[in-house]
Amino acid sequence: MSRILIEGHDIVTVLGGNLIHDHINFTIRENEIYALLGGSGSGKSTLLREMILLQRLQSGQLKVLGYDLNTITPIEAQNLRRQWGVLFQSGALYSSLSVGENIAMLYREYTDLSTKLINELVALKINLVGLPPHARYLYPSELSGGMIKRAALARALALDPKLLFLDEPTSGLDPLSSRQFDALIRQLRDLLGLTVVMVTHDLGTIHHIIDRFALLGDTKVIAEGSLDEVLRIDHPIVDYFFQKGSHGIKS
Amino acid sequence: MQSIDPAVITIVQEALSTTVKCSGSWTLSHLSRVERQLKTLSPASSLIWDVREVSELDSAGISLYQITIREYEKAGISSTFVGANEDQTKLYHLLYPKAIEKTAPPPIPSWLYTLGLNTHRNIQGIGEFLAFLGEAFVLLFYTLFHPSQIRYRSIVAHIYTTGVQALPIIAVSSFLIGVVIAYQSIVQLQKFGADIFIVDTIGISLTRELAPLITAIVVAGRSGSAFTAQIGAMKMTQEIDAMRTMGFDPFTFLVWPRVFALMIVMPLLIFFADIIGIFGGMVVAQAESHLSFSEFIHRLQGALALKHYLIGILKGPFFAYLIAIVSTYRGFQVSLNTESIGHYTTKSVVNSIFLVIACDALFSILLTELRL
Repeated sequence: MSRILIEGHDIVTVLGGNLIHDHINFTIRENEIYALLGGSGSGKSTLLREMILLQRLQSGQLKVLGYDLNTITPIEAQNLRRQWGVLFQSGALYSSLSVGENIAMLYREYTDLSTKLINELVALKINLVGLPPHARYLYPSELSGGMIKRAALARALALDPKLLFLDEPTSGLDPLSSRQFDALIRQLRDLLGLTVVMVTHDLGTIHHIIDRFALLGDTKVIAEGSLDEVLRIDHPIVDYFFQKGSHGIKS
Repeated sequence: MQSIDPAVITIVQEALSTTVKCSGSWTLSHLSRVERQLKTLSPASSLIWDVREVSELDSAGISLYQITIREYEKAGISSTFVGANEDQTKLYHLLYPKAIEKTAPPPIPSWLYTLGLNTHRNIQGIGEFLAFLGEAFVLLFYTLFHPSQIRYRSIVAHIYTTGVQALPIIAVSSFLIGVVIAYQSIVQLQKFGADIFIVDTIGISLTRELAPLITAIVVAGRSGSAFTAQIGAMKMTQEIDAMRTMGFDPFTFLVWPRVFALMIVMPLLIFFADIIGIFGGMVVAQAESHLSFSEFIHRLQGALALKHYLIGILKGPFFAYLIAIVSTYRGFQVSLNTESIGHYTTKSVVNSIFLVIACDALFSILLTELRL
């Protein structure tokens, strides 16, 4: 069994007086593609934000790459942030910088490599995510939705992270692009040895590339495991989410 | 954590080839030294890269290797590498499936081209502003004939935010202006023993010129910038497109309520600034030359002709119109990137303050020529 990279234990989150997570537990192992699933408002994005240090939890323990996020020091947090890449739902590319500059910024801030090598690395990452070479000179407002996702992925991969967080990576993409994006994620996971944590609604993605997932609902983790394992569980939210019995995923 | 062994090369020169023994961690944060070291390499006819000792490798390490061998290839020196393990080879083929084609950055245009482009844009800008004004007026006349379309609630809401909520800052700034003018003139007037004329100075300069100008500048900074930012944010989130598709005209819903509200509110704010400013002058007059409040007011009735006050108030709607039209127009110009909101908000404030001052100068000339 491979190493555990992220571990949540008894997490409680209260947002604006609403209980979002009620003592939830989950584990994410090395080199797997793990998804947080659930209906709208089930707190999966909140959980993701907690993992990437954008939000604090009320109680419980959340460990990422061995660091306990409750007691992490600012220096350790900075260290941790360099070991992951985050892809936001809307891309969140800096709109005043071109795609190439968006990626190069990380190298300029965190390494002392020469401009020449940085240029090569930017070209490499752009090629890696399947963007055409001239895309590096374009500004985010000039890109299509699919290209924004790819550019944001290139930026997330800039520092060769071990962990990749994706917030709804295929939302807003057409089905073909979604499947291509899925294939890209899986290929990167296999070849770069990444661990991928994503929030998604896309049943296609769940079916094709997810190894394990946690299904959130009613402030709890209703089920955790692989698709086959979870589909065996008899629970109304599981039935609803996977549309069992209708045209959804067949077990 | 990573083993902190920086990337190192050892060079073994042989008769026909140079062997570069690579070791350590060829990763992003441990590369800078080896990058400098590689520049000093002076190989024979061919290079052999021995990578058996490399403990860690990432895309930065591979890139460095790739750009180095590419350069030597140009100089006719071929490279081969030995000892790569399976993972390293896989990574290499993922990153360099085929040669990455290079594209040149778009050329930097000449200054003449930029000058021409900017001139053209500015002329176009004037045209766009005229089109905006024209469209606004067409809709104004339309709503005048259909009074039920006037957004009264919205006007009232804007009167509250641009007027009522502006009272504290207007009070403070006009009080201080009154104080400053009184101090500056009282020193000069005392030299002639003409202290009593402080009333004339304060009364006329404030009501006719300073109160309207200060009010307009505060309103431009406060409400003008807010108008631009509000409309700009709506433009970015496609709310304005949504309104158009629902048949809600942005001019009737967004522009005219703001313009009307500001035109109603501005004369009132100027009146308020007049009172507070004169009060500021009164306080200084009493402190510095023992002119009591009642004497001051008695003198003011004789000294301040009604026309000065009316001219000041009359400027209000004109200033308000300029500020509101310019700032809403700038709001509609905001494009889809975050920087443009800041850009156009700045432009809107700068333009509206300039236009207010220009309009004030025009009033001065006109009214002097009319002997008012």
